[in-house]
Amino acid sequence: MQGNTACAEGALAAGCRFYGGYPITPSTEIAEHMARKMPKIGGVFAQMEDELASIASVIGASWTGARAMTATSGPGFSLMMENIGYAVMTETPCVIVDVQRGGPSTGQPTRAAQGDMMQCRFGSHGDMSIIAVSPASVQEMYELTAKAFNLADRYRVPTFVMADEIIGHMRERIAVPDSVEVVPRRPLEKGTLPFAPGEDNVPGFPAFGHGYGVHVTGLTHDDRGYPSSTDPRVHERLVRRLVGKVEGANREIADYEVTNPDAEVVFISYGAPSRSVAQAIRDLDDERVGHLRLKVVWPFPDFALAAFKNARVFLVPELNLGQMVREAARHTAVPVVPISEIGGELHTPRRLITMAEGYL
Amino acid sequence: MNFQDWLRADRLPHIYCTGCGNGTVINCTLNAVNQMGWTPEETVFVSGIGCSSRAPGYIITDSLHTTHGRAIPFATGVKLARPDLHVVVFTGDGDLAAIGGNHFIHGCRRNIDLTVICMNNYIYGMTGGQGSPCTPLGAYSTTTPYGCDEAPFDLASLAVAAGANYVSRWTSYHVQELTRAVKAGLETPGFSLIEAVVQCPTGYGRRNKLREAQDMIAWMRDHAVLLKKWRRMDEEGVPHDPATFPVGEFVRRNLPAMGVPK
Repeated sequence: MQGNTACAEGALAAGCRFYGGYPITPSTEIAEHMARKMPKIGGVFAQMEDELASIASVIGASWTGARAMTATSGPGFSLMMENIGYAVMTETPCVIVDVQRGGPSTGQPTRAAQGDMMQCRFGSHGDMSIIAVSPASVQEMYELTAKAFNLADRYRVPTFVMADEIIGHMRERIAVPDSVEVVPRRPLEKGTLPFAPGEDNVPGFPAFGHGYGVHVTGLTHDDRGYPSSTDPRVHERLVRRLVGKVEGANREIADYEVTNPDAEVVFISYGAPSRSVAQAIRDLDDERVGHLRLKVVWPFPDFALAAFKNARVFLVPELNLGQMVREAARHTAVPVVPISEIGGELHTPRRLITMAEGYL
Repeated sequence: MNFQDWLRADRLPHIYCTGCGNGTVINCTLNAVNQMGWTPEETVFVSGIGCSSRAPGYIITDSLHTTHGRAIPFATGVKLARPDLHVVVFTGDGDLAAIGGNHFIHGCRRNIDLTVICMNNYIYGMTGGQGSPCTPLGAYSTTTPYGCDEAPFDLASLAVAAGANYVSRWTSYHVQELTRAVKAGLETPGFSLIEAVVQCPTGYGRRNKLREAQDMIAWMRDHAVLLKKWRRMDEEGVPHDPATFPVGEFVRRNLPAMGVPK
């Protein structure tokens, strides 16, 4: 199965019933698969006029209670930024798949990159936190896309599947489970204010058409959802809660794999480069070289670095000129070294082995 | 229910300036919605950004006050996911025709089952009276201080050309006609545009010798030409006074539509 197809299948298995999108390489197969499948299962496939409309339709559909998603790549991702901020501010669960390609601008439509990792985190204006997963195989395209819906619904926050052209277009044999875990959105208790924080800072969801009479606005709003855009305390309380509900659940959200926890030289990777790292680790066959592979990238699991007690250096191979490496560096006193690869090809295991050996 | 029962009383007073025409359009709309016999539970109001787009915040239904220009694609998502809900969009001339122009024509083309009510005040009111794509030639605004030198959009004709099933234009002077037009739009499956020309004494009138609300209401009464008469003039080759504009029902038809409940 192709990675993009697995992504769409994972979404459908998770109960996604609305897809709004616009064609863009290298993500288009996701839209094409949804166009074939959605009408057969009573879902909606909407090909919108641009990516601003795609994400807008997804947010609108989500407010009816539907699990909704879109998929795109760099240029379209840039166009979505304003409405992603709207989804953050209005606490609208939605899944956004970015099959990353080389940028800036039109760049390399058919080549892989990981250049949007900071954009998904900080691309929309204002203070915010989001959740992002990064699949490293076709199997994970299926599993992590399905998981993204649970995360989006649980925390009422846009959740990103930060894939790349290699994983999106790769074909691998995968095991499709009989069913995937679906943790539905918690409905708002009647009589409760729609944007009151509740005990975990995540309000229950008042879906449209159920008599809640909820007013949803991107303006700074109070617990009733009413605009209150000039009171500093209302703004601070709201935005701190929106950030805190994600950052405060970092350990609960975290998902990563550790190889050789006592290692001295430790690779940190996510997405496609994880495959080169895995090969390098196998070839080296040396317990002094370890690996932290992130499946959830944002919020960044800072505590996972501290677990490598013997680490003398962290090596961060990425398909960009250094993005997540900066995030890693701010959480540890140990040197953190970028290994950049741009242009569309993966790091060779040989290059990573040479780098690691230089520190042994 | 009375149409006033649709208002969210705990949100009043509203933010609209003295003399604003938007309240008239909201009243006409709620009257029409009420005449349809719909309940608040099955009705959703969606809007973008601007003075007009604040309207859903004063209505008791579920409502989505979205980003600038994007009300129609948000509403499209709501409608396609829940075709049984009645979805009404409030927008303005800047929101609909400038930043949202692409969504507007594609909404018409899809003929998605929405009723879009555009309060056309000829300017950007919320930001203090800048020129919009509907500012008339020669009119003054803060960004057309020497008179507007761009031709305006004819929103109603644009919607007809783009494929909407129902299109009409009235003004905040024509309260009865406007209410009937909104109701006709609500009744017609597919995309409906009701363009309501409204007075904005604060942002437009005072820069264009229409300082008082009643000045511009009188101006609308005197410059709105019934569409039948307008078309007859066309047939007879009688030139139109450039300050006048046609009002009436531009189209009511039954082209294939999206999002219509089965």
